[in-house]
Amino acid sequence: MAQLRYLFGRLVKAIMVLLAVTVLSFGLIRAAPGDPATVLAGEQGSVDPEFIEQVRARYGLDRPIQEQLFKYVAGVARLDFGDSYQHNRPVIELIGERLPATLILTMTAFLLALAGGLIMGVTAAKHVGKWPDGVITIAALLFFALPLFWVGLMAILLFSVQLGWLPAFGMNTIGVEMSPIGRTLDVAQHLVLPAATLGLLYLATYTRMTRASVLEVMDLDFVRTARAKGLEEKRIWRRHILKNALLPIITLASLQAGHLVGGAVLTETVFAWPGIGRLAFDALLQRDYNLLLAIFIIASAFVVFFNLVADLVYSLADPRIEVAA
Amino acid sequence: MTDFARRFLRSRSGMIGLILLLTLVLMAIFADLLFPGDPWRMAGRPNLPPFSKGFLFGTDQLGRDVAAGIMHGARMSLMIGFASSVVAIGVGVLVGAVAGYSSGIVDDLLMRLTEFFQTIPSFMLAIVLVAIFSPTLGSIVAAIAVVSWPPIARLVRAEFLTLRQRDFVKAAQVGGHSQSNIILHQILPNALSPVIVMASLMVASAILIESGLSFLGLGDRNYITWGFMIGAGRTMIRHAWWLSAIPGLAIFVTVLALNLFGQGLSDVLNPRLSRSNRT
Repeated sequence: MAQLRYLFGRLVKAIMVLLAVTVLSFGLIRAAPGDPATVLAGEQGSVDPEFIEQVRARYGLDRPIQEQLFKYVAGVARLDFGDSYQHNRPVIELIGERLPATLILTMTAFLLALAGGLIMGVTAAKHVGKWPDGVITIAALLFFALPLFWVGLMAILLFSVQLGWLPAFGMNTIGVEMSPIGRTLDVAQHLVLPAATLGLLYLATYTRMTRASVLEVMDLDFVRTARAKGLEEKRIWRRHILKNALLPIITLASLQAGHLVGGAVLTETVFAWPGIGRLAFDALLQRDYNLLLAIFIIASAFVVFFNLVADLVYSLADPRIEVAA
Repeated sequence: MTDFARRFLRSRSGMIGLILLLTLVLMAIFADLLFPGDPWRMAGRPNLPPFSKGFLFGTDQLGRDVAAGIMHGARMSLMIGFASSVVAIGVGVLVGAVAGYSSGIVDDLLMRLTEFFQTIPSFMLAIVLVAIFSPTLGSIVAAIAVVSWPPIARLVRAEFLTLRQRDFVKAAQVGGHSQSNIILHQILPNALSPVIVMASLMVASAILIESGLSFLGLGDRNYITWGFMIGAGRTMIRHAWWLSAIPGLAIFVTVLALNLFGQGLSDVLNPRLSRSNRT
């Protein structure tokens, strides 16, 4: 019962955050310089006052501001973000077309970073103070300082331009008939560089977190007890140290996965990856604020959703959690 | 020499960071002397590779000197990084101090606000803010500050929550000191060392955010920045790799220097924490 109440509270909080994001977005659209009706009419090639009035009425811009806000929030609740000024289509359709590409990219990047981070972190901790630890720690330090969009460009320069191993742009090879397997392999090939680039920063984070976590668990009493019992070293690592050190890292990392969607803008722009990050960049260039803010809301929704899932998992795994809340 | 300086001198990463950072600051200060005039102007033949005579880092498609851009860009990167961090730290310390000292409903509201800003994707928010308020120095600094202050607020609040219980604060309260006096002169000085460590890391992340923004074309067009140079050189990557490679290296070295410097500060200011990290 108490657990249900806790989860209900979390759900209410998540909805409040999304509501706040929506209100903020509405405020930002309205704060954009220039009267939106004039801008819209201008985009459609007319500065005729009568036409501007028509546009104003069509988009409800002649209504009082609180009514517009209410309409916007009610629309977002039904996933109706209005029309894109530039594409003359519902924003949600545009996002729906592009979202799968972003999910493929971010999830691949996340899994690569997590796997790499766990391996590197455990390796460093196992050899703490010796050269593998030094190399890995320095590598993580260097990765942290790299601007990702630049890494992407340099990867294109090396692997596409110089070596010709991997495609540099897009998600598919255009104009070639392919079997379903061939098409999957083609996408996978296009995916390597952007996913590795996007994953690099998280790789550094997970490496550091894993190393610290393993080092902490290694010093705990039950590990000493296991050694004193004369357990085999391999077994101590697998059953005692890794299990206890890695689970929190995996949970914590999954919690952050929602942030990847919003973080993909630069990577998608560099690699012309047809996801919502690239769409956001195009919206930016075309001053299509309705579309830009919708992507912003969706990216925030991903973070909120992942936080909610993490809360759910935590409360199932540990019934005491509601006390802390 | 103070104890602080002596210990900092012994931190290897801190010293490397400090030396790199000082070099960058000198570059920024003397950019006008070494490369006088507008870095945007044409200085030589177009597309000269690095180490050409008179052009250490080569020239771009319009014959502009890349080295001049790097030097003048250092000024912008450091300036925006420091300015936005100062604003973010100001806001963060204020919010964290008020929340941690007052507790109750004020604390609750301020922490909800902080969590809200930590939840929304920060780079996306920075893009949206700069795009809508049009890219100027002011809007860029403000946008980076808006997405950067929450960790400071949480840190300061946590420090205040513990320090508030300590005897010397209780003594000040009993002694009839005013609240603002207690906050400013008793608690805040004791809460500052972790803030200082976080501040140097914040300048680094601010520089990364700024470079990303100007790469996307969201920089102030009156000033040359490293991110802009990478963005402009991007289309030329097949023919003139140095146009995007060199400014990226500059960003990398700057951010690395700040991170190393921060690590050095952390070794000195939180020795207990750092030692347990190392073993």
